[in-house]
Amino acid sequence: MAQKSYRDAIREALREEMHRDERVLILGEEVGVWGGTYAVTRGLHQEFGDRRVKDTPIAESAIVGTAVGAAMGGLRPVAEVMTINFTLVAMDQIVNNAAKIHYMFGGQAKVPLVIRTPAGWGQLAATHSQTFEAWFASLPGLIVVMPATPYDAKGLLKTAIRSENPVMFIEHARLYGVRGEVTDEEYILPIGVSDLKRAGQNITIVTYSRMLHVALTAAEQLSQDGIECEVIDLRTLRPLDMAPVYESVKKTHRMVVLEEDWVTCGMGAEIAARVSHDLFDELDMPVERLGQVEVPMPYAKNLEALMFPTQEQVVGKIKGMFA
Amino acid sequence: MAAGLGVNVPESEKTKSGLTAVEALDWFKKMSLIRRFEERAEEAYGQGKIGGFLHLYIGEEAIAVGALAALHEDDDVVTHYRDHGYVLARGVDPKRVMAELYGKSTGLSKGKGGSMHMADLKRRLWGGYAVVGGHIPLAVGLALAVQYNKEPRIVACFFGDGATNTGAFYTGLNIAAVWKLPLVVIVENNHYGMGTAVARSSALTDLYKKACVFNMPALQIDGNDVVEVRDAVREVADRARSGGGPQFIEAVTYRYRGHSMGDPQRYRTKAEVEAAKGSDPIMRCQQRMLSRGLATEADLKQIVSQIEVELDEAVRFAETSPLPEPRDLYADVLIAE
Ligand SMILES: Cc1ncc(C[n+]2csc(CCOP(=O)(O)OP(=O)(O)O)c2C)c(N)n1
Ligand SMILES: [Mg+2]
Repeated sequence: MAQKSYRDAIREALREEMHRDERVLILGEEVGVWGGTYAVTRGLHQEFGDRRVKDTPIAESAIVGTAVGAAMGGLRPVAEVMTINFTLVAMDQIVNNAAKIHYMFGGQAKVPLVIRTPAGWGQLAATHSQTFEAWFASLPGLIVVMPATPYDAKGLLKTAIRSENPVMFIEHARLYGVRGEVTDEEYILPIGVSDLKRAGQNITIVTYSRMLHVALTAAEQLSQDGIECEVIDLRTLRPLDMAPVYESVKKTHRMVVLEEDWVTCGMGAEIAARVSHDLFDELDMPVERLGQVEVPMPYAKNLEALMFPTQEQVVGKIKGMFA
Repeated sequence: MAAGLGVNVPESEKTKSGLTAVEALDWFKKMSLIRRFEERAEEAYGQGKIGGFLHLYIGEEAIAVGALAALHEDDDVVTHYRDHGYVLARGVDPKRVMAELYGKSTGLSKGKGGSMHMADLKRRLWGGYAVVGGHIPLAVGLALAVQYNKEPRIVACFFGDGATNTGAFYTGLNIAAVWKLPLVVIVENNHYGMGTAVARSSALTDLYKKACVFNMPALQIDGNDVVEVRDAVREVADRARSGGGPQFIEAVTYRYRGHSMGDPQRYRTKAEVEAAKGSDPIMRCQQRMLSRGLATEADLKQIVSQIEVELDEAVRFAETSPLPEPRDLYADVLIAE
């Protein structure tokens, strides 16, 4: 085992898959000569050249649309959209083409495409700090992956690239520097499998992406007060693997969903609805949701800091559930 | 109509190729088949047997027929939603097209697509797409795959005048030009996008001139002359195939019917439509054949009556085919893995 950053783990996945399969190519803004806006693709242009690492114009709709067409035509494109905010410009291609083409023509065409894009924030204000994963997760025909750790990111990206289906692979700008254990052996991880990241018997925290790390530190703190949290990382947002969540709630009878997007119509709403419906009798109290404050992101650092649930807030909320 | 040239375009030599009887009969047959197919579909729509949108190609037949005659069989084709003509022109059995309109399981897209989404991958027909302009980047991507694999094929992409005002048109074709992809785009200027005339929606009304922003060779041709269409597409397809990068054709034509069913057509006069029919593509092909002695009246009559038999059979097939099963609802959302 070696310690690797989330960024390096993703790059390794790209590199390995490009070596493994000649059909894999990368396209996007600044992925080549620049080396990737977040340096994820650094070095790949030098290694693989113009044919396989393609810098594109600033044209998200055409980047994604071109990648969809290339996937239909037999390639395995990995399109990078610089940040998830700009996927809005490509929404027609994602929603009406990538997610529909297999079904709409009666299963004739397939779209083995990966769209990599980071969520994230950092005094970037209202248009550059959003997370739209729940929008994508509402779409039949699309797979949505949102990994939290370097190990998961690498294994899931390799599987996404090998998938016959279109995959939205949502990274997180504030995780790129996070380090974690990544084995040097080749491995892949299954899409559509939630992962138990911490065992505990008192309360279930369901989360994904950056919030996993907040959940884990909160859980350590709560442990000192005798509250043992079970932390489940969804990893894949569509299709949702609820089985470990259900198993956990049957044991703990309490659940919090911790997410970074707006709570209204967010992932937590879906998780809470499913658990409330399917495990109504198991719950000792209503499911709690913690997410982003429902305002656009402000620039000022002190205001931005108020936007997301902090470790202290998670701890406070959970303590309250045991009061 | 005027044959023009875009900016930076080498003067194209018009290959006024001698038309052979075999070609002419084939094109006459295909154009007539498309027209009569559309009329049958219109009838069935009136009887409530076809639902949703139904965009008819009547008046524009020479473009699909001429262009597909010029392409190789394994060239990729991506089209907009007014798409029955292309699949018929490429030889798809009208039964399967009619069955798709009827929403039957035997339809080209198993009843999942309908009028606007006809695809037949075995013939490299990648489908009709209904978000205006949205399929242009798909064609660019297919052309990227062709270039990537160094195949001797090209991609042809068809869309309307209205689509030349969309973002996907500009962003998609710009990439195609930057990467010199083997792509031929054919703009069918039928003078209207729904009810909005070209002059009311586009700052440039000679649409081939839009290609100059991509530094792309462009032609404006008479889209109602099947021979001119075939010759022009053949010429530019050869260029695209031999590394000349993407090519642009504006084919000027006219749509006789409403945009879709139930269009009150307040945006144009009956007289305008009637005047346009004076340049009817099928009539012109027929006159040319007769005057050059490529066919007799009797030959053409026989073709037309064969078409009726074929379409009777197509309608019967569509009527009697089974509906999709309720379980088919869940098929083909994702590929199981
Ligand atoms: C993005 C988008 N906006 C609006 C529509 C509705 N619409 C369907 S067809 C059409 C007109 C398109 O005109 P044109 O491109 O000239 O093609 P034509 O129908 O004339 O063949 C419009 C506005 C649509 N399908 N997609
Ligand atoms: Mg039009």
